[in-house]
Amino acid sequence: MKAKIEKKNKKIPIKLIKSSKKTSGIKKKTKKAAKKVTKKVTKKVAKKNTIKAVTTTKVIQAANVKTTKNTTKTKTKSVKKGMIFNYAPAPESTKVEIQSKYNLYIGGEFVSPRTKKYIPCVNPANQKEISQIAVAGKEDVNIAVENARSAYENTWSKLTGTERAKYLFRIARIIQERSRELAVLETLDSGKPIKESRDVDMPLVAQHFFYYAGWADKLDYLIPGQEVESIGVCAQIIPWNFPLMMAAWKIAPALAAGNTVVLKPAEQTSLTALRLAEIFSEAKLPPGVVNIITGEGETGAHLAEHHDVNKIAFTGSTDIGKLILRNVSNTGKKLTMELGGKSAHLIFADAAIDSAIEGVINGIFFNQGHVCCAGSRLLVEESIKDVVIKKLKRRINQIRIGDPLDKNTDLGAINSKEQLEKIKMLVELGKKEGGEFWEREGSVPKTGNFFNPIIFWDQSGSCTLSKTEVFGPVLSIMTFRTTEEAIQKANDTNYGLAAGIWSEKGSKIHHVAAKLKAGVIWANTYNKFDAASPFGGFKESGFGREGGRMGMFPYVEVK
Amino acid sequence: MQVTVSKGVGEKTTIPYSPIDMMATNERASSFTKRSIKKASKVQAINTAIEMIDLTTLEGMDTPGKVKQLCGKARNVVSPETQKQFMDHPQYTPVPQVACICVYPNMVPYAKEALAGTNINIASVATAFPSGLSPMEIKIKDVKSAIKYGANEIDMVIDRGAFLEGKFQKVFDEIVKIKEACEDKAHLKVILETGELRSFDKVRLASWLAMEAGADFIKTSTGKVQPAATMPVTLVMLQAISDYYEYSGKKIGMKPAGGIRNSKQAIHYLCMVNETLGPDWLTPDLFRFGASSLLNDLLKQLFKEYTGRYYYEDLFSLD
Repeated sequence: MKAKIEKKNKKIPIKLIKSSKKTSGIKKKTKKAAKKVTKKVTKKVAKKNTIKAVTTTKVIQAANVKTTKNTTKTKTKSVKKGMIFNYAPAPESTKVEIQSKYNLYIGGEFVSPRTKKYIPCVNPANQKEISQIAVAGKEDVNIAVENARSAYENTWSKLTGTERAKYLFRIARIIQERSRELAVLETLDSGKPIKESRDVDMPLVAQHFFYYAGWADKLDYLIPGQEVESIGVCAQIIPWNFPLMMAAWKIAPALAAGNTVVLKPAEQTSLTALRLAEIFSEAKLPPGVVNIITGEGETGAHLAEHHDVNKIAFTGSTDIGKLILRNVSNTGKKLTMELGGKSAHLIFADAAIDSAIEGVINGIFFNQGHVCCAGSRLLVEESIKDVVIKKLKRRINQIRIGDPLDKNTDLGAINSKEQLEKIKMLVELGKKEGGEFWEREGSVPKTGNFFNPIIFWDQSGSCTLSKTEVFGPVLSIMTFRTTEEAIQKANDTNYGLAAGIWSEKGSKIHHVAAKLKAGVIWANTYNKFDAASPFGGFKESGFGREGGRMGMFPYVEVK
Repeated sequence: MQVTVSKGVGEKTTIPYSPIDMMATNERASSFTKRSIKKASKVQAINTAIEMIDLTTLEGMDTPGKVKQLCGKARNVVSPETQKQFMDHPQYTPVPQVACICVYPNMVPYAKEALAGTNINIASVATAFPSGLSPMEIKIKDVKSAIKYGANEIDMVIDRGAFLEGKFQKVFDEIVKIKEACEDKAHLKVILETGELRSFDKVRLASWLAMEAGADFIKTSTGKVQPAATMPVTLVMLQAISDYYEYSGKKIGMKPAGGIRNSKQAIHYLCMVNETLGPDWLTPDLFRFGASSLLNDLLKQLFKEYTGRYYYEDLFSLD
């Protein structure tokens, strides 16, 4: 109480000093300078407030010097206001060469599409066109598969594992060398923050090539006592959320096993895959071993339906996955699918709360929530619900949303206009279904596809947001009372990709993990990926695993 | 582990159970080192960091002359003549004074004399610094004489031996008594010596114990034990301060000390405070750096921002 009174009293003389015009020349200068500084810095916070805060601090400083003789030190101390700390923009330089138009990568070179059609690539952060990519039609797909077949029969399957490994190691090293360029390009094309493409995506891309290069000459030991051999031509269709990482997850094990590849990246994010094609050429990978064809859903369908494809690897939405499943029935094609998720994130009352909050943030806001294993259903023990929501709100307000190329941006742009509309639609639906919700305070940039994080709680398990995959920064919070209820609710979904458990009690973690129906379970952490660790789901989240020794299985036949 | 300590006759307080996850804490702390603070915000951060420095000399060979030199630097961080070279820069603001001088009790009178007429605080380490292994009456005398000499901030150490032995009541009582000895004349900073507590769980417990016992500030280290201040350990303490504010409505200050030597580190600490406790704590009243060599690096970076080039070291006086 005492301190408060002191503060109040103290404020009066400051105001007086401020209003009197006894400012010296230097002081005026500093005021001006301060204003200039703040003008530059204050883009997001209300301008008026900041200028006020900064100038008052300056005046207070001056006041302190003047009045020290009469006042005691402890009194003068308690007047300082906190600094409003705005981080000035720190954009990564964008000097990355981008061609105005990209062709298809077939047989080791870039060839124009028979369709003669091109579609624009848009930077989701500002809606500007960055480049154009070719649309591959049926004829182009045929040529690509023919090239892959001939490369498989004539060169790649005939090389020794050691030789194949050399290429893969070389590719991995080039990726490392060019990682900054790849990261910038990835961010431009997909809207993910540079912090993530630089520190998560690119290192993992290189790691996957290094890891599977290691397997290429050890196939005799893949399954003890069994011989394995390659399959043939693999059709790989990948999504837009981790463009280059998904390409690496698919291509590296396929090549290590001795297969050849036709890859179809998502039409929203094809640029890094095409840059990877350049890297393949730079590494002198034999022509036709990897072919990259771009285009929309139709291109993917042509590829999946092609008669000379031996295996389909698909990562994407469950709906398309089901379609592919239906279309390949009665063919001899092998299949692996990594589909959607509505992963449960469990926080028990005995968890390290602050760390768990970080886990939740990372779980649902990493890559704008465009993560198939995003922890989008938060299950909290009832006794700590209030404190978790309070801390979560405070932490969400600290998230910096904006230019994905700014090194301080935590949450970038939503990948496409369509996805943004979909998220908005689901959120509107969610709002109508009852319960409570809260949106991050503060605005998001007007141009570009930005979405303010939102959390929902007190909704029932049958609500849209508890069931449907949103694939965006939207969190649904539910509570449980007992461990059994937690397990039941966590498993109450048609998906089963991942789950997270937060508890400081080791035995509880093991007990719960054993009963969760999910392919990946994280304990006291979330969204950790490693090339050596298998990744994939239960139920409608797909089948087959990527990463680790398991990740080789879909690309070999056992003899 | 839940700990209950008695606060006096019939009054008890329970320290809440709040475990800390080491891996996740390290990861969160390292996320602040990825903040890229440039241009105007860098100038602002550096100036604030200068204002937050407890300029420290705690050596057995300290002399009145050395302390006076340090006080001179505290008053006059950069000579006006040198500052004239940068005044035209649009972002220029006069280089602020540091918050405080931190010395041994015997050096306090010299600091007081040298700092007369300024509002720079004088902190004295006391309570048998750095080990704290002396009888209580000596610790109280230590504090009282430091205040008598002119200190208005006391940096006390907790009895880590007692803490590790599980004698939390002893640790608590000592802080309460030292706080009483400070009366209203001095501000109390409690040094946990996190390098000797080792685990984050213990740091969290000790932080809460100190705040509940009346600390105005909690401080990481004496600077005599390695590791001294680290970002993760500071984060644990900041989170404790945040929860304690939620619980009691009291704003407790934080002082990482030892090991913060360059501007980049200092700015990352400010980002951590900003994103953990918010701008309210970005003031010398609630956040301090215990440092000596940090000041010159801040100046070096500040002038680099003003002029676009690095200055030769000799431009700034050593102390």
